[in-house]
This record gives sequence, C-alpha cells and structure tokens, in this order.
Amino acid sequence: MSISGANNDDRRKHRPAGEPRPPSDAARADASPVRITIPSDFGASREVQKQIIDKVVRCGFGNQAIFAIKLALEEAMINAIKHGNKLDPAKSVHVTYHVTPQQAEITVEDEGGGFDRHCVPDPTADENIEKCSGRGILLMEAYMTSVEYGANGRRVKMIKKNEEQATPHLSS
Amino acid sequence: MSESIPPVSVVQQKDIRIVEFTNNKILDEANIAEIGQTLISLVDERDYPKLLLDFSAVDHLSSAALGMLININNRVKTKNGQLRLANIKQQILEVFFLTKLNKLFRILPTREEALTSFTQ
Repeated sequence: MSISGANNDDRRKHRPAGEPRPPSDAARADASPVRITIPSDFGASREVQKQIIDKVVRCGFGNQAIFAIKLALEEAMINAIKHGNKLDPAKSVHVTYHVTPQQAEITVEDEGGGFDRHCVPDPTADENIEKCSGRGILLMEAYMTSVEYGANGRRVKMIKKNEEQATPHLSS
Repeated sequence: MSESIPPVSVVQQKDIRIVEFTNNKILDEANIAEIGQTLISLVDERDYPKLLLDFSAVDHLSSAALGMLININNRVKTKNGQLRLANIKQQILEVFFLTKLNKLFRILPTREEALTSFTQ
C-alpha cells in the first residue's frame, strides 16, 4: 500500500509577534488530500476504509453522515475490487480522500473495463426486486450528497457534506 | 482472517429457528458467505422452514448482505416456508425502504411480534 500526502513543505520559520499562528504541520498534513493505492484485496480495502472513517469521525461528522459514508465507501470499494478489477491481483484500486470539517470527498478508481451507469437496471423495479445484486450504486447515490462517474465508469467521485440529514435523499 | 465467534447464533422456539447476528456489521464478503451458508443449511433442514432473523445487534450492512438475504428469501419460498425479519434499527430500516425490499420481506418491529406472525 502506498500513501502520499500533498503538503510536505516545512514552514517552521520565525513568526513575528502578532502574526496569526499558522496551522501546525500535523494539522496541515491532516487537511491535505491523501492518495492510496491498494491491491484488489478486501483486507487492504478494509484498512483504507477504516482510515477514511477515522478521519471523518475526527472531523466531527454526525452519526447519519458517518453511516452514509461508511455504506457508500463499502459499496464503491466492492464495486472496484469485485466488479471493476474482478479480483485480479495484478490490478490496483486507487483511492483519494480529502476530508475537512465541511465535507468528505472520496474518489475510487479501478483498472477494469468500466461501466455505463445508464445501463445498470433499476433494482427497485418489480422485475428486479428479487435479484440478488445491483443495489450498491443505488445506495451510494441515495446516501451521498453527490456521486459522479468518470474514466468510462472506472472512477467514482463521491461527496458528502457535513450536515445532519434526517433521511437520505434519492437523486433520481 | 478467522473469526473466533460464529457470525450468528441460533435458538429454536417450537418449530421456529431464531437467528441472531452476533456482529454489528454484515459487510465482509467472507462473513456474508458464512452467514449465507448457515442460513441455507437451516432452510434446507426441513420442509416448510420457519426462520426469524433478529437484527438487534446490526448497525451496518451492505448491498451484498441484502443480496444474501434475498437469496435466503427465495430459498424459503421454494420450500413453502416463512421468513421474518425483526428488531431492525432505524438506519438499517431506511436501507430496506430505499431499496424497496420492505415490500419483499416481512419485517416486524420486535421479536415477539415476529414470533406471533408465523402461521401454522
């Protein structure tokens, strides 16, 4: 697993009296986007998910939002590992997350063949309700503030605003 | 990674098998597969199986867990059995409503209500 942060510059210089105290190195590093690459492995995925959820909790998200992010992240990782990379150990999953007290932005990208969102059947339709799969995308879109697909469906970018919602919304 | 505690505990009340999830998350593929196998063996044990799933410990589940439950429901139906879900927390209940699976499953608020809802 490789991890990289963006803010590695060292600004520990003399600070004139009265100048506002800048965020500490730790705080600045903590606020930076983090990019992690993992193999197509559920164990590695579990570690990344824990890392992201820990950050979400530290940033003060409410219980509803934590539940939503946990659920959407689980679905995105399963989609990438199982459906995207088809558990191929030679393929990786790239996760970028940027969590601030205002919002959590998480991007998951696989190295599979991609998919067309519009071709995914509605799992709530009567003819599909007894089928065992197809609900992950529905849940991600229902629980996150926004969900965007890119790179021919290999990449999903999800944002959750930090505002307590009474109930999740359905984005058509 | 092997779990020392089985993912479900099963008790019997008359002819009803009551299954309680022991983990607060039904997320892991391996965990879901193990639960699915246990439930399938309970369904296959007899004709007209009666199964009550108690979700009181469950705080999180994934679409894969929903798929496993649908599979169990289909299997129960083919054996002319009855499946009930009970004690589902509000956040999890919302997942059932969003996916409209509340129409597929018979969901009761409490274990007691679920037990009395079985027909002979």
